[in-house]
Amino acid sequence: MNQMLVSASPHERAPLPTWHIMLCVLLALLPAAAAGCVNFGYRALLLLSVTVGTAIFWEFLCRIIMKREQTVGDLSAAVTGLLLGMNLPPDLPLWQAAVGSFVAIVVVKQLFGGLGQNFANPTVVARIVLMLSFTADMTAFRDPNTDAVSSATPLVTGASYWDLFLGNTAGCLGETCALALILGGIYLWLRGIISPAAPLSFVGSFALCTWLAGNDPLSQVLSGGLLLGAIFMATDYVTTPLTAKGKILFGIGGGCLTFVIRQFGGYPEGVSFAILLMNLLTPYIDRISMTKPFGTTEPREKEVRSDA
Amino acid sequence: MPNKPSLFSEFSKGIIRENPNLVGLLGMCPMLAVTQEAKNALGMGLATTFVLIGSNFVISLLRKVIPKSVKLPAYIVIIAGFVTLIEFLLHCYFPELYSALGTFLSLITVNCIILGRAEMFACKNNVFRSVLDGAGMGVGFTLALFLVGSLREILGTGTWFGITLNGSYSVSVLTLAPGGFFVLGCVIAVVNKLAHKPAPRNIGCQGCPMADTCAASKGGCSQ
Repeated sequence: MNQMLVSASPHERAPLPTWHIMLCVLLALLPAAAAGCVNFGYRALLLLSVTVGTAIFWEFLCRIIMKREQTVGDLSAAVTGLLLGMNLPPDLPLWQAAVGSFVAIVVVKQLFGGLGQNFANPTVVARIVLMLSFTADMTAFRDPNTDAVSSATPLVTGASYWDLFLGNTAGCLGETCALALILGGIYLWLRGIISPAAPLSFVGSFALCTWLAGNDPLSQVLSGGLLLGAIFMATDYVTTPLTAKGKILFGIGGGCLTFVIRQFGGYPEGVSFAILLMNLLTPYIDRISMTKPFGTTEPREKEVRSDA
Repeated sequence: MPNKPSLFSEFSKGIIRENPNLVGLLGMCPMLAVTQEAKNALGMGLATTFVLIGSNFVISLLRKVIPKSVKLPAYIVIIAGFVTLIEFLLHCYFPELYSALGTFLSLITVNCIILGRAEMFACKNNVFRSVLDGAGMGVGFTLALFLVGSLREILGTGTWFGITLNGSYSVSVLTLAPGGFFVLGCVIAVVNKLAHKPAPRNIGCQGCPMADTCAASKGGCSQ
């Protein structure tokens, strides 16, 4: 990376460096994280600082042990940590949160070669690993009004639309306040960081499926981790398709899978499983949604290869 | 052969340097299927070692008698005979282990380590060397299973041989299949480091599953 050759002009200028994009994502996540801290108290703040701190620590340590260029400065570890913290119930034991950031940063990201090489979204895999390992702690949601730990999932409690919209319900730390998540998404869209294709098709296809199945689409969209997943995890650059067509396909697939898992599955929430499955399909989506240059034909040998 | 390796190295090569499981990457099915608990892993390893020594012994004894054209069926019959023997022995004396291992006990017959040693070693070497080779490979396989089984049991359920060590800090995903792959990968990495196996220097696009969609392969891969 340090030995870049400068060729003759004209030079193409990359629009934004990585750390700048990550800073924008951090800013966009802040309102929802702040809403979570207001709703759930200091414990939420403590959990978020543990996930962000350990994520940065693991990244730093990994790059040193692997003798690679230090990449803590690109802030991607901080984004992963914050996003992970927002995906956890606020009363999760802190050591479990540290295990989560270990899985996200070391197992999913650094062992596959660092930012840009990971096959799946680190936050999603970490959340699924924690869910499978510590099912009881991961589903102990606290109602912010009564401060009582209830095992009921946010998907089955009958909260009003307004409570769901403002985040005044039980759930994971950063997923309850729909208003803050949508504001963050709009900010990222206006800054040109994310394209609205994947989030809109994700939420849209999910709402359509829910409506066809005879459930209340608005309440289902506002509850659980759907908005957090659709806005911040289905728009990850590394693990989602590159083309607009591909992004829409990704969103539709994710929305339909989420509906299927929520409606028929054994787990209370299906967003993370849906995003992981779509992450794995991303190379194939990229392949079928590739834009063909106008007026060209497919080379012959490629046709032979795709048939084989 | 002019300079044969010493008898001790015939035995010891299977433990780390040519470990059939962690360096040769054979026998992955029992490795992932029975290593949730250290006890089952140890039982499986010892049963396989028994079959390995027995089949290596008989095959090298009969290596000049078995015709080339039917050698695979002949090997399988010999191996299956020993597997049936160990199955009856376990069923009689260790019924608990027998039911824990279940179908994987009969599947020792098609364990590629055993057939691999028969094909690679026992049919070319004398009886004593073949038995030593079988014992070394068996010990290597048992140690590998035991190591992975212990790690998965201690970290995954907080127990070891059923004794509770630390129940509250366990990560139960390690007892599931994905955790098994993860522990196995880490152990393979450490053992390959110990065995001084050089890492692949230049990984081309040919073996990559993403080669069709990858941008680098479109313009002709530079490697």
